[in-house]
Amino acid sequence: MAPSFDHLRDEDLDEDDIDMDEVDISDLREKYEVQLEQGYDTFVVIDGLPEVTEEQKPKLVKFLLKKLNSAGKTREDLIFMPMGDDGKSLRFAFVEYSSAAEAATAVRQLDYTALDKKHTLRVNKLTDVDRYGREGRIDDEYTPPTIEPFQEKEHLRSFLADPSGRGRDQFVLYRGDSVGVYWNNEKDQPEPVVERQHWTEAFVQWSPQGTYLTSVHAQGVQLWGGPSWTRQRRFPHPFVNLVAFSPNEKYLVTWSNRPISIPEEGHPVLTLDDDGKNYVIWDIETSKPLRSFAQLETPAVTDEHGVKKTPKFPWPAFKWSADAKYVARLNQGSSISVYELPKMNLLDKTAIKIEGVMDFDWAPSTPQRDGIKTYEQLFCFWTPEIGSNPAKVGLMTIPSKQIIRTLNLFSVSDAKLHWQSDAAYLCVKVDRHSKSKKSQATTLEIFRVKEKGVPVEVVDTIKDTVINFAWEPKGDRFVIITTTEPVGPTAGVPPKTSVAFFCPEKAKGQAVGNFKHLRTLEKKNSNAIFWSPKGRFVVIATIHNQQSSDLDFFDLDFEGEKPESDKDLTANLLLMNTADHYGVTDVEWDPSGRFVASWASSWKQQMENGYHMYDFRGEQLREEPVEKLKQLLWRPRPPTLLSKEEQKTIRKNLREYSRIFEQEDAERINSADVAVVEHRRRLLEEWYAWRAVTEEELAEEREALGLPEDPVAELLKAHAAAVAPDEEEKVIEEIMEEVLEETEEIVS
Amino acid sequence: MRPILLSGHERALTQVKYNRDGDLIFSTAKDQQICAWYSHNGERFGTYHGHVGAIWTVDVDPTSTMIASGSADNTIRLWEVKTGKCLKTWEFPTAVKRVEFNEDGSKLLGVTEKRMGHMGTIVVLDIDLDVNAEQSDEKSLTIVCDESKATVAGWSYLSKYIIAGHEDGSISQYDAKTGDLLYNFPIHELNNPVVDLQWSQDRTYFITASKDKTAKLISAKDLEVKKTYVADTPLNSAAMTYKKDFVILGGGQAAMDVTTTSARQGKFEARFYHKIFEEEIGRVRGHFGPLNTVAADPTGKGYASGGEDGYVRVHHFDKGFFDFTYEVERERANRLS
Repeated sequence: MAPSFDHLRDEDLDEDDIDMDEVDISDLREKYEVQLEQGYDTFVVIDGLPEVTEEQKPKLVKFLLKKLNSAGKTREDLIFMPMGDDGKSLRFAFVEYSSAAEAATAVRQLDYTALDKKHTLRVNKLTDVDRYGREGRIDDEYTPPTIEPFQEKEHLRSFLADPSGRGRDQFVLYRGDSVGVYWNNEKDQPEPVVERQHWTEAFVQWSPQGTYLTSVHAQGVQLWGGPSWTRQRRFPHPFVNLVAFSPNEKYLVTWSNRPISIPEEGHPVLTLDDDGKNYVIWDIETSKPLRSFAQLETPAVTDEHGVKKTPKFPWPAFKWSADAKYVARLNQGSSISVYELPKMNLLDKTAIKIEGVMDFDWAPSTPQRDGIKTYEQLFCFWTPEIGSNPAKVGLMTIPSKQIIRTLNLFSVSDAKLHWQSDAAYLCVKVDRHSKSKKSQATTLEIFRVKEKGVPVEVVDTIKDTVINFAWEPKGDRFVIITTTEPVGPTAGVPPKTSVAFFCPEKAKGQAVGNFKHLRTLEKKNSNAIFWSPKGRFVVIATIHNQQSSDLDFFDLDFEGEKPESDKDLTANLLLMNTADHYGVTDVEWDPSGRFVASWASSWKQQMENGYHMYDFRGEQLREEPVEKLKQLLWRPRPPTLLSKEEQKTIRKNLREYSRIFEQEDAERINSADVAVVEHRRRLLEEWYAWRAVTEEELAEEREALGLPEDPVAELLKAHAAAVAPDEEEKVIEEIMEEVLEETEEIVS
Repeated sequence: MRPILLSGHERALTQVKYNRDGDLIFSTAKDQQICAWYSHNGERFGTYHGHVGAIWTVDVDPTSTMIASGSADNTIRLWEVKTGKCLKTWEFPTAVKRVEFNEDGSKLLGVTEKRMGHMGTIVVLDIDLDVNAEQSDEKSLTIVCDESKATVAGWSYLSKYIIAGHEDGSISQYDAKTGDLLYNFPIHELNNPVVDLQWSQDRTYFITASKDKTAKLISAKDLEVKKTYVADTPLNSAAMTYKKDFVILGGGQAAMDVTTTSARQGKFEARFYHKIFEEEIGRVRGHFGPLNTVAADPTGKGYASGGEDGYVRVHHFDKGFFDFTYEVERERANRLS
């Protein structure tokens, strides 16, 4: 038995007594022995070469070199082409590159490339040949791969067909350790679709079109879907922290703050190339990694007080163009790297150099510009003032890399880029400082992307700092939230804010007029803007705030009377309702724009976790406290399959449809009411039946024991008899006072 | 009607109890006196002095002759209601968390705390309801709870069973004569202590309140859960109203868990549920701390609640309360008449 700590003698603690020579550490040495680099990482093996004689060899080597040098550096004397006994080459060669990275590039780029019409090169790393091709690892006989018979997959979009025929939307609830997907039932208990314990370890996320539900684990990411919620895909990125999809659900980006470390025995999917990388871009169809990237160091920013701010972690780091043909990453201060899908090669093999670039953003849909017919993607970027050069906002097309518009700006301390959802407008929110750098002001520079020459309109009537901005989806109005006080961690009490609405003036024909201020609501606490995905309605909320938690529901196209002052504007604002949801941390519209869910997540605060459900007018339909609620997410929907004309017809005949729907609703409510009454009636009957049985049993038992029917009545009688003789009769008087009238006279 | 605010205690209330006639209310708190009040006007008619520790529990016998109290000074004391005289003191190794008379007042049970190497126990004492009689020193029965300590206990109909609620959320049924454990069911969520247990008038069923945010109506005979009332806050107490089929739940976030002072966040409200339909029908605000104890007037006229804030609030029901009926209840009443 090993001596326990209590019985440890002093001698036991004396280390000098141990003779190191006697200790056998060979097992440890074996286990922890450092594997020295074998030095073969810089070698590649090229197969598929033509058969040459000694004389032809230099010619082939020279020809080969041209190709090889496109991937890295190598020299003639570093190519070794073994010759057979018959004086002819053995149709392969060893090549040494100057670094292992170059060797890896060579494998990636040159494998399966044609040398000439007859010969296709196969390029492999020497270490791989050794690892996979060593004797015994490969069967000598060729066995054809078995091809699995075709199996019908489940319909991944089945969720769009609501079995109740009401076109309800689904949402996922993540609470405690359980994840559940439900149909939204408005006022009634949501109808469960699936519920599972420990479905995810970190969080859940829908893919952008709602096809997949993502679960995140220490081992990687899994996608689930179909009517039986089976696992569709898995992406083993160890210790993954964040996940982002491409807009068309074809690709997936995973990120972990821990660089990938490929274990000795290998990884089922990732290779040694991915070692040390943080990002992996995957093809969802094949579940294969396309390319991995290491994290870029963002330069630390020093603010005006000389305090070093830790740079904000940029997420998503890889931004997708609207058609998901390109993905780009910012290298802050120097360049933007645009990669082409699906090969994930750098567009034109170089990053786009833009000195000082601070941020960029793709147009959220393919822009339609005046007089431009070619199909191109567009992104915007901005650069700060460098020396005497002004700050710039630019628009660049991809793949042609043309800058189609720039705007020079002065005294810029920060800028934020906001695209409108159709890419019709780009609003650049520019925070400017005065010359003394003491006061701050904000202007909005609005690019009209669709119009000829991309004119820029400036809104500079704003005096305060703008802390939030949001475009109306598919529309041309926007809401801003401003504050007079500087934003920052002020002692507990968040500053008062103002909410301002802007809309274009009425203009002739199709044109959109100038942006004009519509209304400002002062002395609010609001800090968040949530537009309905269909536009028109907007919720202005105060979230994550200890003191207040208002949700204001606005209609911008109120059909009632319009104030005289707004007659030239394309909006009629109405505050429809104000709701209060204590402790609210998140708000989300359902994809149809019919309902709004607000919830208090236990990730952000511990009190009164749960959700509220509102209709678009702000009428509360439902409220449910949910212990340890972490997430509530509406399941997105893919874009509609109906053509513009079909949608128009529906809109025209809406009255017809709504009559049917209303009838159905009324019937459903009636039958639900009947069911409730029926249920209550049953409960009542069951209860009284149970009572009758129990009471009868009790009476029988009591009688059997010879006890009186009411144990206490007897007792009281006895008690009264014992007390009564001593007591004389008393008269109890009770005086009642009643105030009839009270008058007050003032004596002057 | 406006509630009557009884401010006789200086510290948090631990239990309030009506006598059988509903005219008296007894209250105990963590200060060291028991108060007795007239329920109709809130006048205090006396206090009972003697305990030297927080008093956890009080009960009055069915004839309103005596009250028994259990305290953190490790004693159960028996008092004469009328004079305030301490008739008897029983000493125990640990604090007494609950006392209850059986239906004819001939026996008293006490729940002792598990502490300092002593197991939690349920003890039974024989009581002579004559104030002049010598009370027995001996415990007529001791039940040791070796699994999980009992937090509350009570006598069933005919004093046939002793029902106990435990710290681990389970409920036990013991034979009241032999002390044998007959059943032990995990009824509330695991490790959410059962904190209150109150009886129906004929003691054939009872209601329990637990920190798992639910109260349950359970039959005494077979420990079958008849009804469950779900609240959104940990519960401290649950009572059944007489005359009307309602239950009253009291609770609230414990003081240490409440980070802000606004009264609404603590949920310091008495909640009314329909006993049979399990639906919440109303709330009564007023306390500015969690409700530690609620009690219903056995004559059905009102209820009292005692809070962490040191107040007892006595409510008399309004006409609306008595008029409130569900359609199906009215239907049934019409059919019977």
